[in-house]
Amino acid sequence: MADKILEVNHLKKYFDTPRGVLHAVDDVSFSIERGKTLGVVGESGCGKSTTGRAILRLIEPTSGEVLFEGKNILELNKKQMRHLRQEMQIIFQDPYSSLDPRKSIAELIAEPLEIHGIIKDKKEREKRVLELMETVGLAERLVNTYPHELDGGRRQRIGIARALALNPKFIVCDEPVSALDVSIQAQILNLLEELQEKLGLTYIFITHDLSVVNHFADDIAVMYLGQLVEKAESEALFEKPLHPYTEALLSAIPVPSLRNRRKRIVLKGEITSPVNLPECCHFAPRCPYATEECFASSPELREVEPNHFVACHKVK
Amino acid sequence: MSEIMKNDDIVLQVEDLRVEYHTDESLVKAVNGIDLTVRRNQTLGLVGETGAGKTTTALSIMNLIPDQVGVIAGGSITLEGKKTLEMSDEEMNHIRGKDVAMIFQDPMTALNPVTTVGDQIAEALRIHEGLDKKAAAEKAGKMLEVVGIPAERANEYPHQFSGGMKQRVVIAIGLSCNPHLLIADEPTTALDVTIQAQVLEIMQELKEKFQMSMIMITHDLGIVAEICDEVSVMYAGRIVEHGTLEDVFEHTKHPYTEGLFNSLPDINDRSRKLTPIPGLMPDPANLPQGCAFAPRCRYATEECTKAVPEKRWISDTHYVACSAYDDPAFHIERKVD
Repeated sequence: MADKILEVNHLKKYFDTPRGVLHAVDDVSFSIERGKTLGVVGESGCGKSTTGRAILRLIEPTSGEVLFEGKNILELNKKQMRHLRQEMQIIFQDPYSSLDPRKSIAELIAEPLEIHGIIKDKKEREKRVLELMETVGLAERLVNTYPHELDGGRRQRIGIARALALNPKFIVCDEPVSALDVSIQAQILNLLEELQEKLGLTYIFITHDLSVVNHFADDIAVMYLGQLVEKAESEALFEKPLHPYTEALLSAIPVPSLRNRRKRIVLKGEITSPVNLPECCHFAPRCPYATEECFASSPELREVEPNHFVACHKVK
Repeated sequence: MSEIMKNDDIVLQVEDLRVEYHTDESLVKAVNGIDLTVRRNQTLGLVGETGAGKTTTALSIMNLIPDQVGVIAGGSITLEGKKTLEMSDEEMNHIRGKDVAMIFQDPMTALNPVTTVGDQIAEALRIHEGLDKKAAAEKAGKMLEVVGIPAERANEYPHQFSGGMKQRVVIAIGLSCNPHLLIADEPTTALDVTIQAQVLEIMQELKEKFQMSMIMITHDLGIVAEICDEVSVMYAGRIVEHGTLEDVFEHTKHPYTEGLFNSLPDINDRSRKLTPIPGLMPDPANLPQGCAFAPRCRYATEECTKAVPEKRWISDTHYVACSAYDDPAFHIERKVD
């Protein structure tokens, strides 16, 4: 049996808004094996970041279960949760706004160690900070610089060092390279890959960039308007997307090559508002294959091939 | 340059353009002697990373370099035979928006939040085409339909539109006076991929319909492959390689262009390891001597740090600015198979 480090069951996060209930995450279930990377992709507002945060309880889920190593973390009290955070960390998207501008690199990286009271001795802590800086490829001479003195790639390395400081087993990477130029993006992706191998980390990798996720993730979950519409191994998903949304999404990626071009499917319309959604397939209004059935009921996520899940009435 | 192309096929000619920004502490050399040629009905891609000088180039063509700090230190820009850098503000006002228009990256901030989208499109029509209020409003409605938005929505405000629709409004404004040249500065960077596909498709259609030329500024080589005819790769304010799509994608010559391709995940081969370009783009206030890419270049020799490399023409359409090619046996590793 596969060693599941994380299992998410029927996770929901609803927000009350003046216009009605916003279904940010709507009954999402999946699991991740230890040491693997699950990519979560989708467009703005599909609920991918909310899912990532709800799993860590940075946002309190409305209902559902999040089992981390078999324990439902939604039942933990504050103190237990705080203890558990050492094992579950997050890397944020924007290295320009996620670091306190008034703290030096040394202080930023030492912060999690202080908060959790892991290394009480100051000397020891300094040693650990330098060790972490080396792990993420930050030169020692930068130890007393401040975030504004550094470029985006180096700032993201600080974010990674902070996440690694407590020796976590599991990290949610929320668009960690989206704000970076391509040549720097590749540096950070390679670093994350090396760290995973060396430290046996498990990642959830949230992104809107499908070519990055294909390269980086073992499995990919595609979200649309709060729901998980398809999940499969990366290769299977790219070779044989089953959900019409996945198919269109993949075909919309601009490929930097003059060969092997995919036929482009241009979707009509835009993502509808996630407030007061009807009980039907949320993608139906934009779907080229939609029939009456799709507007009548919400399709369940089914395993149609081994390890390939899809929520679509049309896939038999 | 190819002899077959006649001179009147050229819409825009930029020669040896140099732009500097003066601040209290430093002199930033943003654009350092670039040449560009845009032909009629053609799309030129201008590719590079943050700080390469792409937007500064575009603003120079529009004659919109900020007065106090920005200085065009040299070169010439010829738009359909007219030397725009020598024009007065008033003369330029007649051309800007009419003969050459620009679409900015962020549709969220490019529109005026307190004016209806219809009025914003009509503004250019009233100024340049001398239309009265009613005729301008009517044409504005038509322009909205051209970009796929119902004309009834002309009376709505930008906040009532989604990001993709706002960018269509910006495109409608840009195209309203039927410019001969459209400069699009990262027009889809702020948009989701399925919406990006819609906007690129619309731009492509309109380019044909209005017989326009286009400069597409982007950091995304995928977008270049989709819609450009030619591409110039910029690094630290210089063009390091230029050619047709086939030249640059299939017969890549410059080590920086190679580095860009190697940094990108290959969607058809997920096992291929990414090879990042080591180091960082140099500070434009403190450019290294010689080739600006040399400190990051794996082929660099001592020669490279001595002088700025000249253009070397590989064919009628393709040039590279890299002195390694002085050695006839030199070639980069990238192969397209």
